[in-house]
Amino acid sequence: MATGAFAESGADLELVGIQKRFPGFTAIEHLDLTIPAGSFFALLGPSGCGKTTTLRLVAGLEDPTEGKVLIGGKDVTKLKPYQRQVNTVFQSYALFPHMTVLENVAFGLRRRHIADPVGKAHEALRLVELDHLAARKPQQLSGGQQQRVALARAIVNRPALLLLDEPLGALDLKLRRQMQLELKSIQEEVGLTFVHVTHDQEEAMTMADTVAVMNKGEIEQLGAPQELYELPKTAFVANFLGQSNLFTGKVTGSTSNSISVDIEGVKIVVPTKRAQRHAGEVTIGVRPEKLHLHLSAPKQSAGVNVLGPGRIIDVSFSGVSTQYILAIPGIGKVTVFEQNMKSGPVAAEGSEVWVSWDVEHGFGLADEPAPGPKFAADTDTATIAMQKKHALMSELEEA
Amino acid sequence: MAFGAFATGTAREQGPRRKSRIALLLLLPGILYLMLFFLVPLVSLVLTSLQEPAPMGDIGEYQTAFKWENYVDVIGTYGEHILRSFIYAILATIFALLFSYPLAYFIGVKARRWPLVQNLLLVLVIAPFFISFLLRTLAWKSILSDEGVVISGLKALSLMAPDAHFTGTGAAVVFGLTYNFIPFMTLPLYSTLERLDTRLLEAGGDLYSKPSTTFFKVTIPLSMSGIVSGVLLTFIPAAGDYINASRNFLGGSGTAMIGNVIESNFLVTLNYPAAASLSIILMAVILVMVTVYVKRSGTEDLL
Repeated sequence: MATGAFAESGADLELVGIQKRFPGFTAIEHLDLTIPAGSFFALLGPSGCGKTTTLRLVAGLEDPTEGKVLIGGKDVTKLKPYQRQVNTVFQSYALFPHMTVLENVAFGLRRRHIADPVGKAHEALRLVELDHLAARKPQQLSGGQQQRVALARAIVNRPALLLLDEPLGALDLKLRRQMQLELKSIQEEVGLTFVHVTHDQEEAMTMADTVAVMNKGEIEQLGAPQELYELPKTAFVANFLGQSNLFTGKVTGSTSNSISVDIEGVKIVVPTKRAQRHAGEVTIGVRPEKLHLHLSAPKQSAGVNVLGPGRIIDVSFSGVSTQYILAIPGIGKVTVFEQNMKSGPVAAEGSEVWVSWDVEHGFGLADEPAPGPKFAADTDTATIAMQKKHALMSELEEA
Repeated sequence: MAFGAFATGTAREQGPRRKSRIALLLLLPGILYLMLFFLVPLVSLVLTSLQEPAPMGDIGEYQTAFKWENYVDVIGTYGEHILRSFIYAILATIFALLFSYPLAYFIGVKARRWPLVQNLLLVLVIAPFFISFLLRTLAWKSILSDEGVVISGLKALSLMAPDAHFTGTGAAVVFGLTYNFIPFMTLPLYSTLERLDTRLLEAGGDLYSKPSTTFFKVTIPLSMSGIVSGVLLTFIPAAGDYINASRNFLGGSGTAMIGNVIESNFLVTLNYPAAASLSIILMAVILVMVTVYVKRSGTEDLL
């Protein structure tokens, strides 16, 4: 079993037909997932979507109600946590308060009787730049430092699979960026398989090779970050990963490479290969930064969709870009990100504008069109990020 | 002194630097109480222990002196009892710990999901306190007597020799001590285990540690303050106990502990200096043993 030697390299993780029911609710409906060895995989989703449960199933801290967990092709479903070559960086850090930082890091090495645990622990601490604090107790460190110790304690074991349960959650933005890069380079250097659970879409997209978006105990979509962003398949993914403008209408015609959708009398064209459904009532979307703002009605042309006129109801400046929210009668609110190429906003609140976008930028969703937004607004990433920011600000003010 | 160990929680708040009259005023009753009921009796005890019989005096009449030979005399006469006291107390403490730890772990950790069960079990641990200590010990005496169901049953099953006794033996005294001090062991253990972060146990398992290793490397060290408090709360009173070992209760002729000797010297033979010097010896030995124990268990900050 797990004695005496490090894992040679990362192992692939396979979840087959996993279901997890707790008394009263089902955390994971049905999950089939294969994570190739050596990849950086992110499980992204709002709180309560089952992503942490998935991680605990892999670590062996929970038993699946049904299904199998395979690590490196070997069925480990029945193995206890200590028998699995898996380490976890816990969200709560779970550092042993009665041991020094060094002893915390050496703990796993000592249990496996690996030679020179102290030297290896120092090495791991140097990797997270905390070797000078090796003799301290965890509670004498700041939150960020504790998280880095937790990371060192897991990495030092060179597990076949490293599980990260929102490990950067408590760090401030700068340290977080730094740790993201560090994690990524550690992963590339040691070639371990990382499974990272997070609700931060930006973190998932910058770090992971593959992102799986989870919602209500199921994976909504899985793919490379760019692919997910460019071509979301469901309204949930379209809104959880960045923002989207979604419109619903009937398909009125199709050519060999595009379909046209009637949105309140306006014909919108979407490429066939970018649409999941090609007939009936469909939802189509476009990313806000793909939209162009026009102060006068733009000329209709073949490769461009136009909506308008609408009125700007909100302008917010965010440095790199300006966000405009406009209300178009009959269609609803549309969000536009305009790069700040010129100084000052392009249009003022209340002015009449049109929006246009390249046909190639539209996408069609696979969902049955729903009348309202599919999930409560308070669980989206932007809100979570804002809450975090406010919490951080008040913490800074107190300090 | 080690009484700091009885307080749970180790947070040390930095108080205001300013000298406060109110703080002094609030401390005054406590200081006066200690002076009157601890320091004065202690001094009087030391003085008594050095007294010598009054010349031509009656039995029980003593005069102030510096007769340190009293100590040598009582150690010579009662050395066996002193030794027996500490052996019984240590055994009772060990048994109480072995019994209480699983109990406290179950109530404090396993039963967390069912607060009702937790509260019910705690009440059951405390419930014996509602009945007098003496009555409970007497009840055990009749349960374990030669005519009682338990012993006659064991004899019928030939598990005990027909002429053997249980009451009056050292085992019965240790049993009684263990029984009587189990709540004192269980409650401090419960209060530390109740705050045990089970996520640390998960982390132990995640770091390749078997459940048994996690128990010795994580659970035990994290509940050390409860173990220390429980051991002190059990050991100190058990060493000076004179009820269980008394002939009227679970003891017999060969089980007298230091408490019984002090009692008989003080109340029967009226040998006050011997009783006083035995008391001082008991106190000193407990103090030394507790200090060594607390130092060894790595919880000096409890002192």
